[in-house]
Amino acid sequence: MKIDVGHIAKLANLEIKESEKEKFQKQLSSVLQYVDKLQEVDTKDVEATSQVTGLENVTREDETKPSLTQEEALSNSKSTHNGFFKVKAILDE
Amino acid sequence: MNLNQLTIKQAQEGLKSKKFSSIELTKACLKQIKKLNPKINAFITVCEKEAIEAAENADKSLASQVFDPEGSDRRGETLEARPLLGIPIAFKDLFSTKGIKTTAGSKVLNDYIPVYDATVVGKLKDAGAVIIGKTNLDAWAHGSSGENSDFGATLNPWNNEFVPGGSSSGSPAALSADMCIASTGTDTGGSIRLPASFCNLVGLKPTYGRVSRNGVLAMVSSLDSIGHFTRTVEDSAILLNVTAKKDDFDATTPGVDVQNYTKNLNKGIKGIKIGVPKEYVTKGLDKHVQTKFEEALKDLEELGAIMEEISLPHTEYGIAAYYIIQPAEVSSNLARYDGIRFGSGRENFGGEAKRRIMLGTYTLSAGYYDAYYKKAMKVRTLIIKDFDTVFKKVDAIFAPVSPTPPWKLGEKINDPLKMYLSDIFTVTANLAGIPGISVPMGFSDGLPIGMQILGPQFSESLLFQIGSAYEQATEWHKRKPTL
Repeated sequence: MKIDVGHIAKLANLEIKESEKEKFQKQLSSVLQYVDKLQEVDTKDVEATSQVTGLENVTREDETKPSLTQEEALSNSKSTHNGFFKVKAILDE
Repeated sequence: MNLNQLTIKQAQEGLKSKKFSSIELTKACLKQIKKLNPKINAFITVCEKEAIEAAENADKSLASQVFDPEGSDRRGETLEARPLLGIPIAFKDLFSTKGIKTTAGSKVLNDYIPVYDATVVGKLKDAGAVIIGKTNLDAWAHGSSGENSDFGATLNPWNNEFVPGGSSSGSPAALSADMCIASTGTDTGGSIRLPASFCNLVGLKPTYGRVSRNGVLAMVSSLDSIGHFTRTVEDSAILLNVTAKKDDFDATTPGVDVQNYTKNLNKGIKGIKIGVPKEYVTKGLDKHVQTKFEEALKDLEELGAIMEEISLPHTEYGIAAYYIIQPAEVSSNLARYDGIRFGSGRENFGGEAKRRIMLGTYTLSAGYYDAYYKKAMKVRTLIIKDFDTVFKKVDAIFAPVSPTPPWKLGEKINDPLKMYLSDIFTVTANLAGIPGISVPMGFSDGLPIGMQILGPQFSESLLFQIGSAYEQATEWHKRKPTL
């Protein structure tokens, strides 16, 4: 199975060095080949498990509660401006 | 015996009867850390200052209680409300600790200082635990050997050429090297049970949702279980009494009643029906492990357990299902690390994290979802059904934790698939959400090996009962490494 490491890395926002591509390609393909084992299993009429202890639609009241202060929320950021997170522009002007 | 070698139970009794103080106990652990951590590399962060402060406060609380052996024992009351008062515990560096650096073993979080405690950290602190330090792990809990840590591998205290098991690698190494009294871990595919068995400790993976995941950095949200390492089964039960509870901050914690987990420890196992899965005797099963396992089964039979061969036919598909579900959820959980709000940029991810993110991104990408993730979740249903069927006939299941004894550092590091297959006996419990406890069952060439006891969801009490009976009848857990 051929996996396009460059394309996948781009989707996942990862930088992969050209020199690493072949190694990753090989390793990922061997895992994908292994997991193909599942195709042997007949899963016709089997429902997919989404929650293992059977909980459904867990909700809470929609009300505000004490949370982090602005200062706390920003305390680990290397890039802030006037009490906001500062990020690079994502759209061209 | 030195103070740093005590069990939680012994430490509780010693503190209560004033044989020693929390400061003495904490300093004994810190001294051992200073002596051995440079070699073993069990800790990423040692919290000396915070630990001493917490121990001093614990001693004050203990001293302020009136102790009257003849009448009402008010210190006893304190210890009932705060059973871990003054006891040093090490935390896997995946648990958010307010004001204490939390790295997940990755350079991405090299300088991240959480502004809140994980729910389970808060519970252990409220119970009086002293945070002695943050332990090493495979980065993001990705691995079975500890070698994927960005802060260097942890060595197995039993033999420094061998791995301690992973992904919780530092926690069991710290405990078996007497650097703490207990330690915490997470088990997503075996990350508590496997290292516990490699370090001759008791490791508990509770039922999915029994202990809150809030604030423990997420690896695979549908599989992560929060547990711990202890020297005895009793200690394991004491800790679960503190950590198990529904949490409003984790919607996957059900309201199922929390039991008193120490209640049935001495009940024995006469008449308890035990299933032994025939699928676990595979070609890959090491001869030493098999021999020790057969001996353990005989011991359990002598204690009155009734053995029955059972079948879990989908066991061989466990790893394949796991290596679809796990990377898929990993790729989603690790998408939040952008280096903007906290931590550093994505270029700091190590090789294994990159592999898993890419694998998950691939299997979840357009056109592949049904063939991979959905298929795996269907196979997961079949694995759950296997267990459901078996638990109608037997009370619990026994199996080796790992098909092999600990392996040498470097042995599997260049072959990810080979590393993944070491979790073959442990992943199915995660896929089914059932609890498992790993207990020492002997040695192979001086290296520890363990047995796991699996039960239906929320059967932790029964697992402690069985584990305790086995432990009381054997001496393995009492052996210590030569340090």
